[in-house]
Amino acid sequence: MPRHLRVRIGLVLVVVAVSLWYLYPLKSAINLGLDLQGGIHLMLGVEADRHVASQTDRAAEDLKSALERKGIAVKRIARDGNTAIKVELASPQSWNDSRTVVAELSSFDRRDDDQAAGTFRLVMNDRRVNQLRDDAIRQGLETIRNRIDQFGVSEPTITRQGADQILIQLPGIQDAARAKALIGKTALLEFKLLDERVSVEQALAGQLPETDEVLYGREVDKQTKAERKIPYVVQKRALLTGAELTRAEVSADPNSMGNWQVAIEFTSTGTRIFGEVTEQNVGRRLAIILDGTVYSAPRINERIPGGRAVITGQFTVDDARDLAIVLRAGALPAPVVILEERTVGPSLGADSIRQGLIAIAGSAIVVFIFMLVYYRLSGLIADVALGLNLLILFACMAAIRATLTLPGLAGIALTVGMAVDTNILIFERIREEMRVGKTPRAAIEAGFRRALRTIVDTHLTVMGTAIILLSFGTSSVKGFGVSLFIGLGASLFTAYFFTRLLFDLLYMGRRKVDAISI
Amino acid sequence: MIELFKNPNYDFIGKRKWAYIISIAITLIGLGSLVAKGGLRYDIDFTGGTLIQVRFEQPPTVAKIRTSLSSIHLGESIIQEFGDNREYIIRLPLVESVSSEEISRRVQNALSSEASLGKFEIRRVEFVGPQVGRELQLQAVYLVLAGLIWIAIYLAFRFDLRGGVAAVIAVLHDVVVCLGALSLFNREFSLPVLAALLTIIGYSVNDTIVAYDRLRENRGKSVPKGRTFAQQMNDAVNQTLSRTILTSLTTFFSAAVLLFLGGKTLEDFAFVLFVGVITGTYSTTYVAAALVVDWTLYVEGRLRRGKKAVAKA
Repeated sequence: MPRHLRVRIGLVLVVVAVSLWYLYPLKSAINLGLDLQGGIHLMLGVEADRHVASQTDRAAEDLKSALERKGIAVKRIARDGNTAIKVELASPQSWNDSRTVVAELSSFDRRDDDQAAGTFRLVMNDRRVNQLRDDAIRQGLETIRNRIDQFGVSEPTITRQGADQILIQLPGIQDAARAKALIGKTALLEFKLLDERVSVEQALAGQLPETDEVLYGREVDKQTKAERKIPYVVQKRALLTGAELTRAEVSADPNSMGNWQVAIEFTSTGTRIFGEVTEQNVGRRLAIILDGTVYSAPRINERIPGGRAVITGQFTVDDARDLAIVLRAGALPAPVVILEERTVGPSLGADSIRQGLIAIAGSAIVVFIFMLVYYRLSGLIADVALGLNLLILFACMAAIRATLTLPGLAGIALTVGMAVDTNILIFERIREEMRVGKTPRAAIEAGFRRALRTIVDTHLTVMGTAIILLSFGTSSVKGFGVSLFIGLGASLFTAYFFTRLLFDLLYMGRRKVDAISI
Repeated sequence: MIELFKNPNYDFIGKRKWAYIISIAITLIGLGSLVAKGGLRYDIDFTGGTLIQVRFEQPPTVAKIRTSLSSIHLGESIIQEFGDNREYIIRLPLVESVSSEEISRRVQNALSSEASLGKFEIRRVEFVGPQVGRELQLQAVYLVLAGLIWIAIYLAFRFDLRGGVAAVIAVLHDVVVCLGALSLFNREFSLPVLAALLTIIGYSVNDTIVAYDRLRENRGKSVPKGRTFAQQMNDAVNQTLSRTILTSLTTFFSAAVLLFLGGKTLEDFAFVLFVGVITGTYSTTYVAAALVVDWTLYVEGRLRRGKKAVAKA
């Protein structure tokens, strides 16, 4: 056997061996997309501006108390837009004193001074705005990761996308609605005092003090399942938030059979504040509020020193468990909205795999038989090459950890039909060369050589469009592009190089070739 | 040796006038359908909205599903059977200020409150917000343009001006035929359909390249005496006929298998491939080759008239 043949055989064997190595064990080699294994794909948008706004609010509040500490009376101080604070002093005389206080707010620039009226605006500088926006997204990502870890999902993907988006992929989730609720909840826990000087009727009629707001509680009737909304008048200022929380555990609600509650424990700072608040407000009602909904508003009977509280509501055990998770993981700094969701149940995923594999097998069988009947022995060679093509295709997908999606499976089925095109181009050329009277060997030689240019053309055009598909953001389209690209690339090796090798082994070694089975 | 065509010598190019009529008719029917139906039917990938795929234990009726959905004011939703009579797809429009999880929860509650529907399983929920929908629309346009530009660049590099322009027109023809067929058969334009369309853009020029290369190869060998350009083109088409048909045939097999066995989810995608492979093969001869012939005849005619004018003077 000539040396060049041995080298070529060796190369093919190496490729086969490497492919098999990548594909073993098959079950874990191929990365299945969420559309095939079932799971949730979520694209969340972080409303980072809301974080900026709440920080502006906080700065306004701090400024107000700082001014008041200096004895400067303030007529009005309010947030203006997301990033500005509008300040109106009670008297223009305190203008100069106010300047020194304001100068301490390093992240705000002073604008629109009007000394005569005693008003000015403070605008947060761009660096601080960008930093806050970034914080909101990074902390949001971290918090969501924490929640998902505690919920228990194997191999989740949680990544930041673009400026203010978070991509979440949770494979194999059974209860999608619950997972979504867990992820999307802002989970801002607040303790606010009820304002019992104002009746709910008055408040709803619009007679609401500026420092108060109306929040609602929800009550579900056990029999009718009807939801009832109960209004509460509470003070806007939160005395304590979930940020001061160390533990949250689920326990059975002793006062209500079949319901569950979440027991929380505060940090030392939280414990101190909670103790003071309860001491100063004995007799008043303290509302426990989660994401703007009042869960309960128990009356404070005495000072509570231990830093413990319970959140009750009509919780099922799952509700309570999820609430404990979000409380432990902490609140999202800014609310998130679902921009895109694709949830596939496991049974549908299994159906899709089955249908995809049937399509590949069906396509392979039809093409296989066609080539065999039409080109006989040469067709068989093309079929072997096709088998090798599929092997390399799957191995490449395993090697680069590409994700196999349903459109990806379709791409493989299609590749089967396109990969043999190369063989058809070669075989037709060989037949043509034989028709003009060339010897079998010369015809093979000329057929492979002359078909090459066309083969390169056909591959470049389709692989070019496959690359364009690959660059597309959406995973389903990407999956199709990947399998089409790899499949066609592999067919250059199998349908050209490998087929040529088999032809050479069959016809070049023997002394005399009378005819080719083609 | 089995041969589909033994020394074929059909007069393709001679009958191109008929082909033009057919091409224009098919294109007009497709465009007419698009206009009459107010454009393509876009999947929620592009319009935004919610899609819920439900499998019932007992075959339900659309009316019952609709009744249960009207209890949550979503009675106007599109409800379609999907694959078999127990599986349904419900498409809900974008509802402002209601989150996607809330919508799917409400639908689930509404369906389970209608006792006669029996047990069911929610197998798929897709929600695309307005922002993402707009982005995808834009990206889809870019993608198709990028595909066409890629083909144009490749052909400009490989062909001369006439062949290149004719081939690009042939590809455009295929794209329009595919879109027209989608509209005519009430199929949806979705992300996988977009992928199929792009594949067709890449695949459809292949046969054109093969035929046109043959023409140039023949002309390069020896200047054929007494054969007009139209005849030479016809020869090239005939000589490459078997490989054009055979390569298309295997790809057509794959597309057909996908269409009939690939499942409901990929049906529209496979449909575009199915139509695209057929029209791509047709357009090689009857759009690309025919246009090159007529262009060449037109240019030669002008040259001749020009020479005559010079001779007269």
